[in-house]
Amino acid sequence: MAEADILSHIETALPGTIQEQHSSHGNDTIVIDRGDLPTVLSQLKEHPDFAFNLLLDITGVDFFGKEPRFEVVYHLHSLTHNHRLRVKVRLTEESAELPSAASVWKSADWLEREVWDMFGITFTDHPDLRRILMYEEFRGHPLRKDYPVNKRQPLVEERDPITNPWHKG
Amino acid sequence: MAEAAAPLLRAQKDVAEHDPTSEIMELQMGPSHPATHGTIKFNLTLDGEKILNCAVEIGYLHRGFEKMCEQRTWNHCIPYTDRLNYASPLINNVAFALTAEQLLDVEVPERCQYIRVIMSEISRITDHLTCLGMAATEAGAISVGFYLMESRETLYDLVTAVTGARLTVSYARVGGVTHDLPHDFAERVRAAFADMRRILSDCDKLLSKNRIFIDRMSGVGAISTEDAISYSLTGPLLRATGIPYDVRKAQPYSGYDRYEFDIPTGTQGDNYDRFSVRFEEIRQSMRIIEQALNGIPSGPIRIDDPQITLPEKKQVYGNIEGLMNHFKLVIEGVKIPPGEAFLSVEGANGELGFYLVSDGSGRPYRVRVRPPCFFGMAALGEMLRGCLISDIITTFGMVNMIGGECDR
Repeated sequence: MAEADILSHIETALPGTIQEQHSSHGNDTIVIDRGDLPTVLSQLKEHPDFAFNLLLDITGVDFFGKEPRFEVVYHLHSLTHNHRLRVKVRLTEESAELPSAASVWKSADWLEREVWDMFGITFTDHPDLRRILMYEEFRGHPLRKDYPVNKRQPLVEERDPITNPWHKG
Repeated sequence: MAEAAAPLLRAQKDVAEHDPTSEIMELQMGPSHPATHGTIKFNLTLDGEKILNCAVEIGYLHRGFEKMCEQRTWNHCIPYTDRLNYASPLINNVAFALTAEQLLDVEVPERCQYIRVIMSEISRITDHLTCLGMAATEAGAISVGFYLMESRETLYDLVTAVTGARLTVSYARVGGVTHDLPHDFAERVRAAFADMRRILSDCDKLLSKNRIFIDRMSGVGAISTEDAISYSLTGPLLRATGIPYDVRKAQPYSGYDRYEFDIPTGTQGDNYDRFSVRFEEIRQSMRIIEQALNGIPSGPIRIDDPQITLPEKKQVYGNIEGLMNHFKLVIEGVKIPPGEAFLSVEGANGELGFYLVSDGSGRPYRVRVRPPCFFGMAALGEMLRGCLISDIITTFGMVNMIGGECDR
């Protein structure tokens, strides 16, 4: 299938789910509602015309100060048809949660853990939602724009080696 | 007499009922373990030496790459990308620059594309040599490790001649590269490759019919094609299962469609296939470099646009316009129009993608990198189920986790 008509083809295959669509810099994008996410993702994977079997990436973007504040971005690739698609879900700060895709792709497990760790976006029915890159005791979500870049949360008190050397005398 | 013997008998009975060899053992391996690079922890559930479950913990090398990039101008991010996969930094540089150029809707001059391909492929070879050399060393074939490191050093000499550094190259820029190739580069590459072909054939003979090596690698750490796709594995890990997916062929960038090369694949998806795929990829990369050196045109190595690339030093020191241009670009950064782009290149370990969001200022609004070995680590537990403890070392070596990239 030619790349140009993926968007219109999705529109006919999944009527009423696409809120917005555009194509920029060679990337086709659809924006959907989080309620439709499980059906749309599994359809995109299973439908033989799309066959997006490779989940390339899940990530978040924090548009701090705008509404809705968060975007969760899925990048899909089809090994069968060699085409790509970007799927976006927009979330407000008050209800930053959406359904998990871990039952569709196994790699979604760790990717969603990272989005939760970095942005504090909850994935409901995720099998094991806990921090992945930061440590358990860490407070806050570092990639949010309101998390100060210079904030430190050391687990062991920081020591100045000049004034407080390791060995005394 | 009977009372005195009783405790001893009870102890013997305890031992008999409580057979330690039947016990399920929990073992934590790493992060301070020489084979885990100090950055990975395996929580193992063991039945004797057999692995029932392996839960992988990452994040020990997290340094906030994505947050740091948001504080800097676009070109300031290039040195950070060096530190992602430090075994193939040139590929990271090129991937970041290409994505930014996609946002700008510009294409670099042809000579620059050739240079980027040559340098990326040299980086791919150094990465594979590191991976294979270390994996062979860990499996006991230490002389192969030394031979491959020797070969890698000749390539690092080439990289140093072009960029001035072995690992922290910072060679690409948005809109071009920093330097042109040295005038004797083609001859030096050919000399290095002649040397390398000899070393590779030596190592091939040392390993491919070596009983110990085959026993350690073959059938170990295998993953099915279906699982490999579901775990989003790419690169040598996916190709070892038989899928000929390579971003250079599937979604060509930097003019990769000009070159003739094959995509080696495996059949079993085990460590031996991963090893063979990487070994063959080195030869294919050499093919690409030789074609590129034969076809490289002369011309500029960066875009001639004062909004994107720095002016010549003669202009900077010679007139006020050049000086202002230089100052504005360095302090404020390249102004990239608002938008978003995702572009991926074939990294040494798999698909390396950058997702960049710009708000129109000189700094990226969001930088996301898709690290290929992150997915390999997610699938490692699946690969290791049913294997032995000693198989962790070879499988982990073949996933080729690079901490800087996995944890960012």
